[in-house]
Amino acid sequence: MTVAPDPAEKFRAYAHPERLVSADWLVEHLGDPGLVVVESDEDVLLYETGHIPGAVKIDWHTDLNDPVVRDYVDGEQFAALLGSKGISRDTTIVVYGDKNNWWAAYALWVFTLFGHEDVRLLDGGRDLWVAEGRELTTEVPAPASVDYPVVERDDATVRAFKEDVLAHLGNPLIDVRSPEEYSGERTHMPAYPDESALRGGHIPSAASVPWARAAAPDATFRTRDELDAIYKGEAGLADGDDVIAYCRIGERSSHTWFVLTHLLGFENVRNYDGSWTEWGSAVRVPIATGTAPGVVPGR
Amino acid sequence: MTTALPAQLAEIRDDFLALGVRDRLQLLLEFSQELPELPERYRDHPDLFERVEECQSPVYIFSETDASGAVHLHATAPVEAPTTRGFASILAQGLDGLSVEDVLAVPGDYPQSLGLTEAVSPLRIRGMTAMLARIKAQLKRAAAA
Repeated sequence: MTVAPDPAEKFRAYAHPERLVSADWLVEHLGDPGLVVVESDEDVLLYETGHIPGAVKIDWHTDLNDPVVRDYVDGEQFAALLGSKGISRDTTIVVYGDKNNWWAAYALWVFTLFGHEDVRLLDGGRDLWVAEGRELTTEVPAPASVDYPVVERDDATVRAFKEDVLAHLGNPLIDVRSPEEYSGERTHMPAYPDESALRGGHIPSAASVPWARAAAPDATFRTRDELDAIYKGEAGLADGDDVIAYCRIGERSSHTWFVLTHLLGFENVRNYDGSWTEWGSAVRVPIATGTAPGVVPGR
Repeated sequence: MTTALPAQLAEIRDDFLALGVRDRLQLLLEFSQELPELPERYRDHPDLFERVEECQSPVYIFSETDASGAVHLHATAPVEAPTTRGFASILAQGLDGLSVEDVLAVPGDYPQSLGLTEAVSPLRIRGMTAMLARIKAQLKRAAAA
């Protein structure tokens, strides 16, 4: 870890407090050697309207997704991307973004596929930073390129494919989409474009916990106690569980993956990025509709 | 039948294409900043506006035809959604003053011709395509009424 963690009281209750920083901490550390701040938003132009001084931009779609195959960039592309942003393998990265850090968590999860060790989220993300009237600039930094090693992406530890989900059935699944998507009333988020799934519903036995429940109204993460009540109380997860989270294309579930892994300390959580746009169109996979989790068909 | 693209739309397209990918984003940002506020008379009339469901951010559009038959597009979208504002602003400026017939003749893939696909991703460009389609549908409905 290049830069010392934020010792904030709130974070101490989380399993891995070093994965979060507060805005106050960030203000104090902006410009520290070995620290790079990354903004990652849903809207590709939001960074250009003003960002945290010194922050670089990484876009989930144009930077992290392969332009042709439905997959993430490979080791070489990732190395070129991070190197061009002035990020080395031992850099402390703080990611922040709009909408409760939704896309920031997605970027953090992709960085994790490449084993970047020290990557943290700014608690409250862009929304809280702006709401508190903190400094923004339109000046785009021009970091000197550095060497980032070519690391092979690890698609086994925190990522699940459809076949993995089929093999996992019977173990806990968390569906983080809206209640309407879960029940099968609709196949996409209310007010969002239809990204096409041929069937509605959810993976049988999945518990429904919409992702944004992990965030407080000010966009910070809920406290440890509140999160325990939601995921262990309501959703019934138990310590040691092997969990897969999914949504529609794997972005909202990255946020839940972060909460389960880094805030609650679950050690075996995977994000199924194929999610509903794959499952809801796949041939002969089991689907449950309605508000009940449903049962896994016998095999 | 090929009709020439109206001059103001062609000009906007050429302005984008003359730039490198990074500067195209900057130009889109300028468009987003130029999206005019709604005229006073429409501010309290949410009923006139139609939500563009295909866009990720809440954007509402309303196209009207004035006494001389010229089309005017009004749009509103939050400042936290600059890309969507930029798309609406391009259409508001590019279609303003055209006849209904000319607007209906604008190719449905005009948004794809701006060279923004690489800069903002095809997924996002879809929002602008949908906006154009909804504007045309509004004008057709109004003409039929």
